Amino acid sequence: MTTAALDPYRPGDSLLHQLDARVKVGLALGFILATALAPPGAWPVLMLLLALALAVVILAELRASFVLARTALTLPFALAVLPSLFTVAGTPLFSLPWGWTATWEGMLRVANVAIKMWLSVLVALTLTATTPFTAILVVLRGWGLPKLLTAILALTWRYLFVLAEEAQRLMRARAARSGHIVQGRGGSLAWRARVTGGMVGNLLLRGTDRAERIYSAMAARGYDGEPRVLAQPPLTVRNRALLVLGSICLTLLALAGILFWG
Amino acid sequence: MHHNTIDVEHVSFTYPDGHVALQDVSLHLSSSEKVALIGPNGAGKSTLLLHLNGLLKPQTGRIRVCGLDVCDDNLGVVRAAVGLVFQDPNDQLFCPTVFEDVAFGPLYQGLPEADIRARVTAALEAVGMEGFAARSSYRLSLGEKKRIALATVLSLRPQILVLDEPSAGLDPRARRSLIQLLTTVHPTLLIASHDLELVLEVCDRVILLDEGRIVVDGDPRETMGDVALMEVHGLERPHSLVYHAEPHQGRHSEVATEREI
Repeated sequence: MTTAALDPYRPGDSLLHQLDARVKVGLALGFILATALAPPGAWPVLMLLLALALAVVILAELRASFVLARTALTLPFALAVLPSLFTVAGTPLFSLPWGWTATWEGMLRVANVAIKMWLSVLVALTLTATTPFTAILVVLRGWGLPKLLTAILALTWRYLFVLAEEAQRLMRARAARSGHIVQGRGGSLAWRARVTGGMVGNLLLRGTDRAERIYSAMAARGYDGEPRVLAQPPLTVRNRALLVLGSICLTLLALAGILFWG
Repeated sequence: MHHNTIDVEHVSFTYPDGHVALQDVSLHLSSSEKVALIGPNGAGKSTLLLHLNGLLKPQTGRIRVCGLDVCDDNLGVVRAAVGLVFQDPNDQLFCPTVFEDVAFGPLYQGLPEADIRARVTAALEAVGMEGFAARSSYRLSLGEKKRIALATVLSLRPQILVLDEPSAGLDPRARRSLIQLLTTVHPTLLIASHDLELVLEVCDRVILLDEGRIVVDGDPRETMGDVALMEVHGLERPHSLVYHAEPHQGRHSEVATEREI
């Protein structure tokens, strides 16, 4: 696996790729908020949100296998709401030997939360797959996220890949010298643990060393401890209109859910 | 302010672990000189370069850049005057995008936004990397990273350009374009390198450093053509200075510099 695979961004020239990052981040956050506000039982609202999310995924020209594989990461988290299947009172569906009874209402609650979770991840994934992380950071910085925090996030993101490559090199070096003449002999578990511990320590030292060199490179170009950034150009009229229109639609959906099913 | 000059006077430096990196080093670089710093590993080349930008402070002696003492009061001016390119471009390129990396120096110089953008464009053009501004630094090849690293200091419009092993890890094509670039840049140039062929092509003066001391300061061809001198200090005469009198006998029995030929 190459370290570039860690980055969810998929380069492309779809409509969504070309859209201003501020519009995408704003509408994605609005979508997640509208989804979270949809009360249990507001299926029509959730179906509309699902249709909207799928339309966006199609516009982004992302591969279905990529989307399904990445969004499947939410499944383990959905297990957290599984107890609701048995704890919500209602029409019995089936019983387990320990006296636990699953209810229809409980199942709807679990399905509601799981769908909301999946929809939110789907939209977040579409955002990160069509917008470089750095562009998202620039948007958040422009919206008032502390500059120091965004600088730390940017550095972390930038060097995550360098550190991953260092780790890969270390593991490659270990693998290259891990031949054994007798089949099955490869050192005791304790010895292997000690080697792995040494590698982690080595990685930490390399990271520290790298951090010092990066600071030197920053200082060499005038860094004085205060993060500075250039202002972003204003949004075009078209992008503004799109942002307003999208926000209105999402607000109406959220209101409809609260008014009719809340 | 004297333009483009470096004066190092009796500078010594010892690292906290006791390793003596520089011992009584003195040198002077005139305006627009192209000078190479050569020597074996651990000779003190990188340590000397870090002193020129104020990243390390001399424990004894004095350093003046463009006529200014390298001290805390002048650090901003000195760092604007000296463009230092590190050996590993991953150290140099710390911003998420190429644009931000190249704009970093001008931004800290306090320039207006229009000037910063103009400088970024000009620096990327100078290294032949137009169209890379929006790219993420980690997605570039080593050769591309090296060129962008150079652009990050060219955007500072430095009076002195200091490069640490600029050709290390480059393939022949990338190395060739780097050499062409270095022969066309105008500031005073100081290059620390093991690439002696590059030194021959780019520099008109060479300083041989070993065990923290300056051993020779002179003409590149004469200095690097001296086999005994080079071998004593863990180096080799560059191949282009070897005259193969008996090329088919597999030995270099008769050798001479091009000048002698």
